[in-house]
Amino acid sequence: MRNADIVVVGGGPAGLAAAAAACMEGIEAEKILIVERSGELGGILNQCIHNGFGLHTFKEELTGPEYAARYIAQVEEMGIPCMPDTIVVNIQAGEDGKKRITAMNRREGVFEIEARAVILAMGCRERPRGALNIPGYRPAGIYSAGTAQHYVNIEGRMPGKEVVILGSGDIGLIMARRMTLEGAKVKLVAELMPYSGGLKRNIVQCLDDYEIPLKLSHTVIDIDGRERVKGVTVAKVDGNRRPVPGTEEYISCDTLLLSCGLIPENELSSDMGVALNPATSGPVVNESMETTVSGVFACGNVLHVHDLVDYVSEESANAGRYAAFYIQHALAEEKEGKAGGQRNKEGGMEAKESFSKKKDCRDIAVKCKGGVRYTVPSSIRLAYMQEEQVIRFRVGDVFRDARLVVRLNDTIVMQVNKRIMTPGEMEQVRLKKSKLEELEKLEGLREITLSVEKKE
Amino acid sequence: MKRYDIIVIGAGVSGSAVARELSAYDWKVAVLEKASDICEGTSKANSGIVHAGYDAKPGTKKAALNLRGNALMENLAGQLDFPFRRNGSLVLCFDIKDREKLQKLLERGQENGVEGLRILEREELLEMEPNLSDKAVAALYAPTGGIVCPFGLTAALAENASVNGVDFYLNTKVEVIEKQKEGYRLEAGAETFFSRVVINAAGVYADSIHNMVSERKFHILPRKGEYCLFDKTVGDYVSHTVFQLPTEYGKGVLVTPTVHGNLLAGPTAVDIEEKEGVNTTGIGLEEVLKKGALSVPFLPMGKVITSFAGLRAHEDGGDFIIEEAEDAKGFIDVAGIESPGLTCAPAIGEYVAEIVKEIIPAVRKQDFIAKRQGIPSMAAADKEERKKLVKENPAYANVVCRCELVTEGEILNAIHRPLGATTLDGVKRRTRAGMGRCQAGFCSAKTVEILARELGKDIGEITKAGGESVFLVD
Repeated sequence: MRNADIVVVGGGPAGLAAAAAACMEGIEAEKILIVERSGELGGILNQCIHNGFGLHTFKEELTGPEYAARYIAQVEEMGIPCMPDTIVVNIQAGEDGKKRITAMNRREGVFEIEARAVILAMGCRERPRGALNIPGYRPAGIYSAGTAQHYVNIEGRMPGKEVVILGSGDIGLIMARRMTLEGAKVKLVAELMPYSGGLKRNIVQCLDDYEIPLKLSHTVIDIDGRERVKGVTVAKVDGNRRPVPGTEEYISCDTLLLSCGLIPENELSSDMGVALNPATSGPVVNESMETTVSGVFACGNVLHVHDLVDYVSEESANAGRYAAFYIQHALAEEKEGKAGGQRNKEGGMEAKESFSKKKDCRDIAVKCKGGVRYTVPSSIRLAYMQEEQVIRFRVGDVFRDARLVVRLNDTIVMQVNKRIMTPGEMEQVRLKKSKLEELEKLEGLREITLSVEKKE
Repeated sequence: MKRYDIIVIGAGVSGSAVARELSAYDWKVAVLEKASDICEGTSKANSGIVHAGYDAKPGTKKAALNLRGNALMENLAGQLDFPFRRNGSLVLCFDIKDREKLQKLLERGQENGVEGLRILEREELLEMEPNLSDKAVAALYAPTGGIVCPFGLTAALAENASVNGVDFYLNTKVEVIEKQKEGYRLEAGAETFFSRVVINAAGVYADSIHNMVSERKFHILPRKGEYCLFDKTVGDYVSHTVFQLPTEYGKGVLVTPTVHGNLLAGPTAVDIEEKEGVNTTGIGLEEVLKKGALSVPFLPMGKVITSFAGLRAHEDGGDFIIEEAEDAKGFIDVAGIESPGLTCAPAIGEYVAEIVKEIIPAVRKQDFIAKRQGIPSMAAADKEERKKLVKENPAYANVVCRCELVTEGEILNAIHRPLGATTLDGVKRRTRAGMGRCQAGFCSAKTVEILARELGKDIGEITKAGGESVFLVD
């Protein structure tokens, strides 16, 4: 059996950043292994040939492949091994704290890897037509936006000439522009919700600039065409997202692209017993990006769907660093001659605890109120918190001129006035450890609450 | 002109079952199919149920063939290697007033010869199926009911027929049938055929085929049924096939596990005239979910992964028409094969072979190959079997469809086996690639690429299901 300190499942932006950070934190490169299901590293960035990546990280506008190339180069320079064309079939967390990963590829067949820690970075998938339960025929010509992007950008082929797009997720918006540039006519982007699911900048740059109409509160209620799509019927929806009779409009087209949301791909995670957050469909994690299974970390779109890859990289580097700490603690523990890596009742790791001699491993819950749909992380242990902790979240509706309020217990410690917050854009706040410690000393920290409130 | 003893029109489950049975005798047999693949009509969109046999009116063909088909299925599944499971079925009664109807159903089943039928009271019922509505007051339990993969069954029958010498002509729509002295001349696709016997297993088109040669016209009414299929994570919500007792408010829908571990709810029943009308409707899907929730109150709507519609070939007389047409000697109808047609298929094969024997005497082939091996499934294989498969062919380690864990090896097998897949849907039905929760979002491009490579075509030529169903427009 192969051995590794850290197995990173997925070689997209999340996996790459996590692996690199773990290495920088002192884990030997050869003891890290990136397992990637496709033939090359970079994940979905490889087909995102538009620019706009890396503005935060590199202060440059890069294309997807360029952004990925920087991380790939880093990982290669460090000498971190990668196993391409390899699928992880199963992960089991043993009683001994070791993780056993079953994988397969053409070269080695079915094999196992034993690892001390696992970083989940499998990304997400697109919500398909079936899950949307759109009535009508089932002809060729219905694609998820990502599949169309694959055909256009990787294969150099055109999946359609006259296009209707359902859903205003970022990939759909990007593809509206891309298909237009390639000579297709994008007739309409219909969005079920009264607001767009994508970034404002993509609405402007991909739709407005090309005079592609966006109809909010509209959906596709019928698909016509037995062999290839011939047209779709679009209708307005009411407040309960039900089609309004009399508003139907038939639009002839040969292609329907779907950009109706991304779903973190957590089959491996849930099979191994990792608890998922229903709001994100991703693992529940603490400040260390550690899931409910000790030594298993998660980052990137498998954890929660991001809007910007820069945030994926930042978050994933954190996961990599914490995975490195975890291993260093476990190793030290072994030296002391104790079993490592078992999680105690309070959710902390005994190995870590005894190593760091820190008593306080309580999980302090990060709660959402009034419009905040979820937070990552969903709990914080003061002992492991960095000087500054980023809490990422999304809101469940459009909020204008609202106030984002952070409370420690009942004390407001931060309030930010926001001109606008939308579900399509990820938000974040940075918590100072000193503030938390202060309150902890004063009255004992029980919970951290984020809420959207009216501006006073 | 291509000459045959027997030509079967239609490569659905009935046509394939007939062809397989005929292939055991020394006849020269062909199957003509208008679609680009076998199993493209009613056989691909139904409940996948092996009915116990309490439903049909005693004395009808439906009743007799149902019992026989049910009895044959298990052995056949072993012989031809397709997924089948005898999970038992339940007919729920929600109203004390309907108890009598339940009793009648029990008696009818007993008269038909169904074994093991009994009525369960609420307590026992809920113990058996804890997720059922507690509004159910009683149920008819039929332990011989089962579930089958309709694609697996049809492919198994057709492939085995093909291996035993039956010629399949796909993309071959019968346009003309002309009665001649010793048989029939058929114009189909680009070919002309002559056959002594013609078997009409044309599904919803059986009336137009029949009416080409017979003055005693009949009419097939396509009865649309819509379904919702749920994710495997909720596949164990029920373990039996759960029917609802028809009431004054209409026929209910069933909720059942599929043989592959999904949960299925449906069908509706709407008579239409359009023979290709397999579109789903907002109203229909809503009805499926609403009625399904009567049986299983917490039917997880959010876990629907796809929906589809199929057409049952309902004949106005209500029973199957399986006989030689009175005014067209040598022309045998296998028509009006609606529910429980899938169950009956193996029995229909036997029954039709007996009719043909009366017309052209035959002897059983000595070299008939009764067994068929299906496509190995990496998803179903254990660790050792997986290792063995990969050793034989490393393509079994290359996962194409990650939701259903279908590998390139399985797809290659599906393409290169007898009557192999040539379309995306063909690969899907044979291997389950694209049948999972992402509904081919990730794997369709890969599968198309493999199909193109293996068939020596450009990816732009590969279709979803033949005809104009291309993926690319450049």
